Amino acid sequence: MKTIMKYVVADLIRNKVIVVYAIILAVLSFSVLSIDENPAKGLLSLLNVTLLFVPLISILFATIYYFNSIEFIELLLAQPVRRNKVLLAEYAGLTISLSLAYLLGVGLPVMIISPNLAAITLLMSGFLLTLIFTAIALLIFVLFKDKTKGIGAAIAAAMFFTLLFDGLLLIFIYSFNEYPIDKAVLGITAFNPVDLARILMLLQLDVAVLMGYSGALFKKFLGTGTGSVYVVVCMLFWVLLPLLLSVRVFRKKDL
Amino acid sequence: MIHINALTKSFGSFKALDNISLNFAKGRTVSLLGPNGSGKTTLIKSILGLVIPDKGTISINDKQIGNDWQYRSHIGYMPQIGRYPENMTIGQVIKMIKDIRKDNVQYDEELITQLGVDKISSKTMRSLSGGTRQKVSACLAFLFSPGILILDEPTAGLDPLASEILKDKIIQECNKGKLVLITSHILSDLDGITNDVVYLQDGKLIFYKSVDELQHMTSETKLNKMIASVMRNEHAKTAHV
Repeated sequence: MKTIMKYVVADLIRNKVIVVYAIILAVLSFSVLSIDENPAKGLLSLLNVTLLFVPLISILFATIYYFNSIEFIELLLAQPVRRNKVLLAEYAGLTISLSLAYLLGVGLPVMIISPNLAAITLLMSGFLLTLIFTAIALLIFVLFKDKTKGIGAAIAAAMFFTLLFDGLLLIFIYSFNEYPIDKAVLGITAFNPVDLARILMLLQLDVAVLMGYSGALFKKFLGTGTGSVYVVVCMLFWVLLPLLLSVRVFRKKDL
Repeated sequence: MIHINALTKSFGSFKALDNISLNFAKGRTVSLLGPNGSGKTTLIKSILGLVIPDKGTISINDKQIGNDWQYRSHIGYMPQIGRYPENMTIGQVIKMIKDIRKDNVQYDEELITQLGVDKISSKTMRSLSGGTRQKVSACLAFLFSPGILILDEPTAGLDPLASEILKDKIIQECNKGKLVLITSHILSDLDGITNDVVYLQDGKLIFYKSVDELQHMTSETKLNKMIASVMRNEHAKTAHV
């Protein structure tokens, strides 16, 4: 598995899209951080950039890459290797390359200009989002036979988690605002990795109340420490579940 | 060497393979023929474990393949379409497959030098033409001198010179006692290299005969004439019924 992963990474770090992704993130980070004197505000802007771009780029790029590798995966599977090893090696190679691009693009400027705990949390949430959305892309790849449908599903998934989910949550909160739904809202946020990433960061920034209902709830019920652990565990589930499901489906997939 | 028993595979309502039973012995070159969509590639992919059959069994060297994966170290596969990671060089691709098949350290690099692939080993896969990619695929299939060679449309896209080199290599390996399975639409390319012919249509086995038998039956010398003649007879038979 390590062998295949190594070569996938070697291929991807020379991929133009990955290089451009890292450069754009770096330029954005440097400019956002140097505009404002207050680094916390800069980090907040970078959080929004992360929450919007990382899921979208990760899931789209990964889906396209998986589908383009289908003939290569076939060739690998004709060698004496296990099916799940080939699949997980492809995933690992992609995750490493995309995370590297993110950690270099955002991490380097952030660590130079304002190295603190909040900055590390930002990088952590970006990194976890990369892991999650590359895993969801893998699931899409094993579920769909057709590349175009796969890409459509990837866009739909990214839109659902970045935009639609919050809207639905808002409707839910408005319709049931006369009931004690605090705990329910806490539970529901666990179903959206993007919300989880936002909360993880905001718990560090002392602006949790500003980001609205669920952030305030987290602070109130769990506090910064327990809240962060809860969020990270939920996010790790978001990595593991799609991966396990992909491996299960892939075992019986016809190529 | 390969023993296929009552193999059936459907994709939805489409029957790609319908109760196929075949035996392939070593030292033979077997051609899988049939129109598009007749199940040739599905059969090959079932042997490789890429397609999971609905019913039936496949045994290689008397071992059923099931969920096993080690059996593939006896097989060299050349796919119909070779696509590789774009930014990898030819050298890296060859090195990678060598790394994956660490159990085998005796390499047969004859084709790599004969096809001139070694001279362009620093080129990236993206910059290669379809034919050159086919050459790389061919080199990878023969690299570990496996007991079974499975070649899916090997000569499509190759220039005449490369095609001749590959054909000579196939004959040479077959004479060493290996089993070679080939699918091709270019029947003239199979003349002189194939021993047996398997003809599939709509997922069903129409006939499995040696070239000598076919020659005897049809009194033709060219493979394409033989096949055409047999198909005409089959057609006539069904028409009478």
